Amino acid sequence: MYVAVKGGDAAISAAHGWLAQRRRGDESLPELSPAQIEEQLGLAVDRVIAEGSCHDRALAALAIKQARGDLIEAAFLLRAYRNTLSRFAACEPIDTGAMRVQRRISATYKDLPGGQVLGPTFDYTHRLLDFALAAEGLPPAEPEEADAAEATMPRVTELLAREGLMSRDAPGTDEAPPDLTREPLPFPTPRPLRLQSLARGDEGFLLGLGYSTQRGYGNAHPFVAELRMGEVEVMLAPAELGFAVSIGDIAVTECQMVNQFAGSAASPPQFTRGYGLAMGHGERRAMAMALVDRALMAQEMGEEATAPAQDAEFVLLHADNVEATGFVEHLKLPHHVDFQSELEKLRSIRARWQADRDAAPIQEAAE
Amino acid sequence: MNAITPRNAPGNTPEHAYNFAYLDEATKRMIRRAILKAIAIPGHQIPFGAREMPLPYGWGTGGIQVTAAILGPRDVLKVIDQGADDTTNAVSIRRFFARVANVETTTRTAEATIIQTRHRIPERPLTEGQVMVFQVPMPEPLFRLEPRLAETRRLHALGDYSLAQVRLYEDIARQGESGSAYNHPVMVGGRYLMSPSPIPGFDNPKLHNSPALMLFGAGREKKIYAVPPYTEVRSLDFEDHPFKPMRAPQCCSACGSATSYLDEIVADDQGGRIFVCSDTDHCAETQGQ
Repeated sequence: MYVAVKGGDAAISAAHGWLAQRRRGDESLPELSPAQIEEQLGLAVDRVIAEGSCHDRALAALAIKQARGDLIEAAFLLRAYRNTLSRFAACEPIDTGAMRVQRRISATYKDLPGGQVLGPTFDYTHRLLDFALAAEGLPPAEPEEADAAEATMPRVTELLAREGLMSRDAPGTDEAPPDLTREPLPFPTPRPLRLQSLARGDEGFLLGLGYSTQRGYGNAHPFVAELRMGEVEVMLAPAELGFAVSIGDIAVTECQMVNQFAGSAASPPQFTRGYGLAMGHGERRAMAMALVDRALMAQEMGEEATAPAQDAEFVLLHADNVEATGFVEHLKLPHHVDFQSELEKLRSIRARWQADRDAAPIQEAAE
Repeated sequence: MNAITPRNAPGNTPEHAYNFAYLDEATKRMIRRAILKAIAIPGHQIPFGAREMPLPYGWGTGGIQVTAAILGPRDVLKVIDQGADDTTNAVSIRRFFARVANVETTTRTAEATIIQTRHRIPERPLTEGQVMVFQVPMPEPLFRLEPRLAETRRLHALGDYSLAQVRLYEDIARQGESGSAYNHPVMVGGRYLMSPSPIPGFDNPKLHNSPALMLFGAGREKKIYAVPPYTEVRSLDFEDHPFKPMRAPQCCSACGSATSYLDEIVADDQGGRIFVCSDTDHCAETQGQ
């Protein structure tokens, strides 16, 4: 008798063996180490810690190696690991104003206190393939270091706020922040949860949505007030200690985007801000996040919400690439039971259709 | 196929680095609270803080979390996908629990205390004390009619299921019968409209007054709901158009069953088809008799 294809233990083991072999590739070439990935593919690592919501660059590098460079798969590995860690405390809000800045630019002012610091950026490079990189060569020359990074750098949005031109965000409360990894998202979604969701959302999805707000889907007129990247100290106040202690430094990228606001009966016309924050070096993510954050404020500001980027359910429930890739790819699983019921249903409906047709009086051509 | 796979000897667990059944105890407690709420309000969807699991969303993370939360060391676990114990995803999930919980697994419906399933309810009638855990892709029965959760929550609160009734009416008016072949919505306890998960309509009647506890877990959508034992579950229909469960009208070519749900298998490229039971345990049992 014909035997249907069944996936047994042996097939799964063999497939995974093959995968391991593919991962290693040509054995005559040296094997890649997670440390090499961490150092030399740093932006991939940064994307994985952001989407994996876990600031551990070494584990992210391992995940990238294990995932053969598939960054969504790597983020998934990191999330599944992060998930097993116990949550014993929440840190104090990080102070990005006190950031040890490696890069800081403002598009709204030609110059400003603290200056413009370009930092390690692709901006203004010519996108010409550098064939010298294909050959192993000498390390690049040490860049000149300006001491601008040591200067104080006030936030641009604060400069505007002092003049009354920029709305201020509501002050924080002492309440523990909500945590979207512990509780499902409520709708309507408060802004802290929206920002959490965007911070771990798929970079491509955020980019497309942010882009759409610039093209008329959401009526945004954004300016980059400030984009800064560097290291911040993470402070934790254990209950038994009563004061905060530093538990280490992490790199983050922050974007403050300025948008127009026409004003309403209650509030004067002024600028409003969209906010983006990414763990690691992730400018594209932080900027797109800031655009989408602002778009999602439409309802609170009494603006007409017509575009996809202004629809919180649409944005937040589809931004997570671990959720999205799982559900899209689950279509690979067998569905033959459902499909069988569809077959029977279609046959039944067709049989009735045919019977109705056969029973119907033949129409005269002249009619 | 071997029916029961015994537990590993103590101290022989490969994955002692993880807590029993993978999830930490605080997470399990949170899931159990959601399950208890769900049992208290049959058919009502309870939001819960679903976690990322080491298996992808859409592949049973909701069911796996429910199973992990209720699994005890003395449980005997059966996992099926499309009715079969030997489909890849069932093998993978069974392996997962054998690995992280070191529990006995079985392929026999009669021996299992917990049965995790995707898309089927076993043919053999379930008994008191058994728990079915369904993997649910879209817990909201109204999602094709109203995609906004804020709005569907309001409709559930009002018990306003006119959207679903109108859809059913339109299907019947247009094509003479309901348009849904699987995942046909059910009314639970006369109050909540519920997605039975994508089981074929054939399995819907098995939910009604079942002695077993039915738990539904949706990981990506972060919802848990339940049908407690001996609860009224009616497939959505009209008095003059009662719900009709369907199966292929053939007999199983392996065991001869004329009542079980059948998979249609393409036998050749000449249009040849054979039909076999989707429930592999039921088929083996019938063949053995």
